[in-house]
Amino acid sequence: MAEIRALIVDDSTVMRKIVERALRQAGLDPLVVHEAGSGIEGLEVLRTKKVDLILSDINMPSMDGLEFLRQLRAQDLAPGVPVVMITTESSEEHVKQAILSGAQGYIRKPFTAEQVKERVLPLVHAA
Amino acid sequence: MLNGVRNAAIARLSGRGINEMEPTMAVSLRESVQLVSDPRNLDASVEEVFHLMLGINCRRDASPAVQEPESVTAVVGFGGLLSGACVFKSGSSGAMKIAAYMTGMEFTEVDDTVKDGIGEICNMLAGAWKGKVPNLAANCGLSVPAVITGRDYNLHVQAPEFQLHHAYRFEDLSFAVTIVCDGLQ
Repeated sequence: MAEIRALIVDDSTVMRKIVERALRQAGLDPLVVHEAGSGIEGLEVLRTKKVDLILSDINMPSMDGLEFLRQLRAQDLAPGVPVVMITTESSEEHVKQAILSGAQGYIRKPFTAEQVKERVLPLVHAA
Repeated sequence: MLNGVRNAAIARLSGRGINEMEPTMAVSLRESVQLVSDPRNLDASVEEVFHLMLGINCRRDASPAVQEPESVTAVVGFGGLLSGACVFKSGSSGAMKIAAYMTGMEFTEVDDTVKDGIGEICNMLAGAWKGKVPNLAANCGLSVPAVITGRDYNLHVQAPEFQLHHAYRFEDLSFAVTIVCDGLQ
């Protein structure tokens, strides 16, 4: 598999590491990971780095994941790049909001590596 | 402290336009208070989070969580149809063990990574717990976690609507999870 460049946006450094580990367990290897602690930092990363996949939390201080998603679509920062939201918010309404904002996938915390594999790999292969 | 995290959760929920999410019906939790306060929901949430994220099985313990001189407490506020908080409290050794399971690292002190991990555990517990009740899942926001460390402190809430306080044990360590509800709509 060609090198995959992923951006992981989460205010928790521990969760960023857990998501990275789950991506590697899902078979994304070689994998280059860029990290951001908020939506604002995520946008800054995307202005200078090209990525193949974005995974973002929703509940974050300063700019939450849904606003990050709207901004990156509005600014056309990562055209065609799949975005998967990883969050504790699990209602149908939250999923709908994420999809309407431009997400292609949704993973609820807590999650298993198998769930990450099922939701993320098809998006990477289709992109 | 609890007011702060609760207000943050309300602000977060308001920012997402809750009225747009439920435009045609007045949603109330008053009639489902027994479901909301069902203690089994909390046990199921704790088991789910610890099993899926840490790969460990923890069990409800009838005796209170073992008190250590130094403890770590995480608080995630609820705002919206239910206001209150989810509180996770562990001794420092339990907190370091949980963070070790999450990260694969070993810890000898409660550093920022341990605090971050405990905050995230509390966040997932709060999300899993409110997700057990559909109206709550859609109409109750969560604050970002606040984490307190130190010795000899207590959290006190005056006259809550209801409160669940459960102790759990894994390996030789214990922790407590409290759901405090101080308002239901």
